[in-house]
Amino acid sequence: LFFIIVFHVIHITIHLTWCFCSSWWGGVQMGPPDPILGVSEAYKRDTNPKKMNLGVGAYRDDQGKPFVLSCVRKAEAVITAKQMDKEYLAIGGLGEFTKSCAQLALGNDNEVLKSGRNITVQTISGTGSLRIGANFLSRFHGPRDVYLPKPSWGNHTPIFRDAGMQLKAYRYYDPSTCGFDFKGALDDISKIPEQSVIMLHACAHNPTGVDPRPEQWKEISDIVKKRNLLVFFDMAYQGFASGDIDRDAWAVRYFIEQGHNILLSQSFAKNMGLYGERVGGFTVVCNDAEEAKRVESQLKILIRPIYSNPPMNGARIAATILNTPDLRSLWLEEVHGMANRIIKMREELVAGLKKEGSTHNWQHVTDQIGMFCFTGLKPEQVERLTKEFSVYMTKDGRISMAGVTSGNVGYLANGIHAVTK
Amino acid sequence: MSIFSDVPLAPPVAVFKLTADFREDSNPQKVNLGVGAYRTDDCQPWVLPVVKKVERMIVEDGSLNHEYLPILGLPEFRSASAKVALGEDSPAIKDNRVGGVQALGGTGALRIGAEFLRRWYNGVNNTATPVYVSAPTWENHNSVFTDAGFKDIRPYHYWDAANRGLDLAGLLDDLEKAPEHSIFLLHACWKKIAEIMKRRNLFAFFDSAYQGFASGNLEKDAWAIRYFVSEGFELFIAQSYSKNFGLYNERVGNLTVVAQDSENLSRTLSQMEKIVRTTWSNPPSQGARIVSKTLNCPELFAEWKGNVKTMADRVLLMRDQLKSKLQDLGTPGTWDHITQQIGMFSFTGLNPKQVEYMIKEKHVYLMASGRINMCGLTTKNIDYVAQSIHDAVTKVQ
Repeated sequence: LFFIIVFHVIHITIHLTWCFCSSWWGGVQMGPPDPILGVSEAYKRDTNPKKMNLGVGAYRDDQGKPFVLSCVRKAEAVITAKQMDKEYLAIGGLGEFTKSCAQLALGNDNEVLKSGRNITVQTISGTGSLRIGANFLSRFHGPRDVYLPKPSWGNHTPIFRDAGMQLKAYRYYDPSTCGFDFKGALDDISKIPEQSVIMLHACAHNPTGVDPRPEQWKEISDIVKKRNLLVFFDMAYQGFASGDIDRDAWAVRYFIEQGHNILLSQSFAKNMGLYGERVGGFTVVCNDAEEAKRVESQLKILIRPIYSNPPMNGARIAATILNTPDLRSLWLEEVHGMANRIIKMREELVAGLKKEGSTHNWQHVTDQIGMFCFTGLKPEQVERLTKEFSVYMTKDGRISMAGVTSGNVGYLANGIHAVTK
Repeated sequence: MSIFSDVPLAPPVAVFKLTADFREDSNPQKVNLGVGAYRTDDCQPWVLPVVKKVERMIVEDGSLNHEYLPILGLPEFRSASAKVALGEDSPAIKDNRVGGVQALGGTGALRIGAEFLRRWYNGVNNTATPVYVSAPTWENHNSVFTDAGFKDIRPYHYWDAANRGLDLAGLLDDLEKAPEHSIFLLHACWKKIAEIMKRRNLFAFFDSAYQGFASGNLEKDAWAIRYFVSEGFELFIAQSYSKNFGLYNERVGNLTVVAQDSENLSRTLSQMEKIVRTTWSNPPSQGARIVSKTLNCPELFAEWKGNVKTMADRVLLMRDQLKSKLQDLGTPGTWDHITQQIGMFSFTGLNPKQVEYMIKEKHVYLMASGRINMCGLTTKNIDYVAQSIHDAVTKVQ
């Protein structure tokens, strides 16, 4: 009897051990929740009819609805009528798209384009572009570090890390002024080791909305040149910041003029509203066409084992818009319209706060540019704004102006004043 | 001094170079048997009728916009993909232990799966886990796993050149000798293989790029996967809709994850999200919408299966005809493998010299391995191709 019992115990033990070890994924940790997604989730659950979602990084019209640009719908109709096939694109993407993408950023008459010393590939929107760039740097420019502005877009850090690069930072945002820490930036940049990579937001800095002025860009260019740093521009908002595509690309074009051979990521998610279609470009400005060919060949080698070749739909829409004169004009109008609505909301928010009787200086709200605004609110104030007014935003005090409408800007001003007076 | 002065010129990807050479060839009889894309009997690309119909529906739906998809993709697409792979009534699906990651084509699904395995399988960040790919395999398999960080990629026996068929004994031997916990990238497998893999704790990663396209029947082509799932395996399936939906350039794929239970599944998917976020943030919506609408609507689903069968049947017809013609010509060697093999490709058994002859003298373009895309054959060019193969085999050793 004793023998039988022992046998059973052993049998059960073995069975239990087999069960515990039997999933390959027993050791996989739960990934941390995404901070911005968490905001949207909480917003969805809230039943307050006056609730506002100021976490969303996507443009909304004055009714708070997603906005499909007319030029996009028109381009889609043109494309549908052509009844094209669905053959694979080249690894580097749709030629008409990459050409017009580079022209948009650099200007049609740029000497870089004329001499063919750039390589521009189609990418999976801005993220895909940054990742290709990061992978390329890791393979051909490692082991240099990448310097991000403090703060930067949250996804920059894991993108470069996953590509195998180390991140450092340079001062950028000054919380005491809610503006640009110009002196701190120059100071930090002057100490960056030579040949390091420096990431610059071309316009409409994310998350702060704080952009350097042209004179400041000039000094940054000088010090970057002195330190022999490799410049990587992230331009996700061309046209969306000031409403003028050339003005928003000024820094990029100035740096090239000054002789920096830059890397550049472009996104058409916001300025063409093509978010889910994943349209972007990655450009490397090289010394000459021969070098561009070598770099291009290596980019293809990098891209092929990630997704083989990029998706056609969004790129074809973007190319059609950029290359059809009246669609392009319509687009420029609509981008201007989106940027203007944001600018107007900034003005109305400041006016609203004054009207509420706020004695704080809210000038930074109109000084900042682009989709986001770093309000300067502290975490406790943000928490109150969310709990008492159902206004959802990230803890760092960032709000997406796209979520503000003429219908709710007064309510927002009221709420912000209440938690800051 | 440029920072890029030391960047070497990389060789072009072979299969695309072949197509580029084909394009430049002015010979009127040229035939492209290289790239893996379906062609009609007029040698034209074919947008499936059901795809055209669904695209019209999408364009006309004013409620649709271009907002971001969730990181893991369109939910209806992911669930429909799981059903396509595992069957509507799959017990694993009913147990809530099947998940999906919408990806950029089959390549994207493979890459996300490979990155996940490198981070979380067989320990944490164990880049030394051996990865076995078939010999030969799609050339990109090697690069996908290498760039995901794996350091030890090995071939397993698959193609028996002498007999022009599956080297089953070699394959089974490799399975028996593989270190425990090795990852095996499988195209198609059998009961014996499953038995060994279970016994030796080997991980099954299926590459399913041709479901429905191979035999003309979705269930038949998914038999191996479903068998493994029924045997209790946890596994990955990289699905592609490039060929069976003809949506090549829309980049529509799905990584199906079968885990032991929903708790393990949810932790796994949360880590997949992190990988996706730094690679492409969220996937493209157009192709997923087309596939999802089609798979989730009974009439459209039936229409799609019909379109797939049309393609598969044409390929089967070409296989049949090519074999017959070679036999009629009395071409030396056996040609049964042409009809025994399945799917878009056929390994002809032509050696590199014979392949060179085919390209240079006959303007028939195929891969150096002797691989041909059956879709490049039509009733109009098949006689010419058969004659060319005959000449290559008889004139070139």
